[in-house]
Amino acid sequence: MSIFTLINIFMTVLLSTNDLATAIRKLANDLHASHRDLSSVIFAGIQQGGAILGARIMEVLQTLNPDQQVQYGQLDITFYRDDIRKEIIAPDTMNMPFNIENKTVVLIDDVLFTGRTIKAALDTLLDYGRPDKVELCVLIDRKEHRQFPIQADFAAKIVETAKTDKVKLVNGEVVLIPGQSN
Amino acid sequence: MQLSTRHLLGIKDLNPEDISLILSTAAQFKEVLQRPVKKVPSLREVTIVNLFYENSTRTRFSFELAEKRLSADTLNFAASTSSAAKGETLLDTVNNILSMKVDMVVMRHSASGAPHFLSQHIPAAIINAGDGINEHPTQALLDAFSIQEKTGSLKGRKVAIIGDIMHSRVAQSNIFLLNKMGAEVTVCGPPTLIPKYIAQALGVNVSYNLKETLSWCDVANVLRIQLERQNQVLFSSLREYSLAYGINRRLLDSLQKEIVIMHPGPINRGVELDSDVADSGQSIILQQVENGVAVRMAVLYLLSGRKTAGN
Repeated sequence: MSIFTLINIFMTVLLSTNDLATAIRKLANDLHASHRDLSSVIFAGIQQGGAILGARIMEVLQTLNPDQQVQYGQLDITFYRDDIRKEIIAPDTMNMPFNIENKTVVLIDDVLFTGRTIKAALDTLLDYGRPDKVELCVLIDRKEHRQFPIQADFAAKIVETAKTDKVKLVNGEVVLIPGQSN
Repeated sequence: MQLSTRHLLGIKDLNPEDISLILSTAAQFKEVLQRPVKKVPSLREVTIVNLFYENSTRTRFSFELAEKRLSADTLNFAASTSSAAKGETLLDTVNNILSMKVDMVVMRHSASGAPHFLSQHIPAAIINAGDGINEHPTQALLDAFSIQEKTGSLKGRKVAIIGDIMHSRVAQSNIFLLNKMGAEVTVCGPPTLIPKYIAQALGVNVSYNLKETLSWCDVANVLRIQLERQNQVLFSSLREYSLAYGINRRLLDSLQKEIVIMHPGPINRGVELDSDVADSGQSIILQQVENGVAVRMAVLYLLSGRKTAGN
């Protein structure tokens, strides 16, 4: 039996390819309902998973707003990580060519887990300027494992997981890979 | 992804993947330097000593700024005002400093191999800011970054290095790096300033004709002629040097194409470069200086994760 097949046996599909497309449409619709005036909103996908997800959400959002320009950038948090002494990670591209002063910034990420990534994203953002408000939009919320007082304003799915589990995008599906049990 | 080396002692020790990683990381740090808040907290827990046994303004400021932009704590050591003037050895000096829990050492020394010697005796990460006539790796890295930024790539790029090749650690590091990254190098200068077997030893072309070299190259990296060598009978006078190897506007305009002009600084205006060349649109000398901070931030960042004396 190949190692891939072995892993497949233990994976749970949280969102199939179709479910993922539906979830993306739902998030785009929720964002559209909350933000009618796109000139005062900047959307920022967090590298790398959030940036990939964000691009897909923005595509739908733009079709819902044909008369307005969606403002979308990519935020790289590598230099603001708090686990830097464990491992040096090469940075991804930062692309935020916007003035975020007095604007609402919506951070987009694929999975909300401990909240440390979002904390680092807030630190990164605040070195760009002073937004009026920051909101968070995620695909999957792993609610029980938060280590910081951070919540999602928009979430497609809330899942119960064990701390050592991993949630990943594999072959166009969002899957849960169980961690080792103690 | 990490560098394959613990220190940055020379380009000799880096592989092409290391060089690409440093350059791509430097691009992200260059973006940081355009922000309203030009700082990241990455090296907040790190203390760095700038150990300069040789005078420097440009390189020392550049490293110091890079360290501060990374939120590191910095210490500056200048040999002339220190206990080195009282005869303290290099190793004693460094061990004293390390006892104060310094994590990284940026070092410039007049003896080739000084950082290598230090790396065998102390646990801190060492960055060579220039050792004798051996190497100046961060200069080569920022030169490469600047070439890549201006021309799009290093691979296949024709780069001329012009001037006192014999005594230049900048030339040596540049030659190593450009060869590793697939560029083609020609060194050009008076025969007395070019090592006899450099073509075979380092895999470069050699030319004693400036105009031919400039016609061939895409980029000319012009080295400072060291005024103190005037008395060593290596060339007859600065004026003679300038007539044969100085780059002026007329010479550049006579070429078939527009080439990029670089210089590590400080420039002897009117000797190796005329002002109307150094200050022209073809010159990327000031961009080199700007890129130097970003490249040094990348090197410090990528080497900071290693276990240090304090851990």
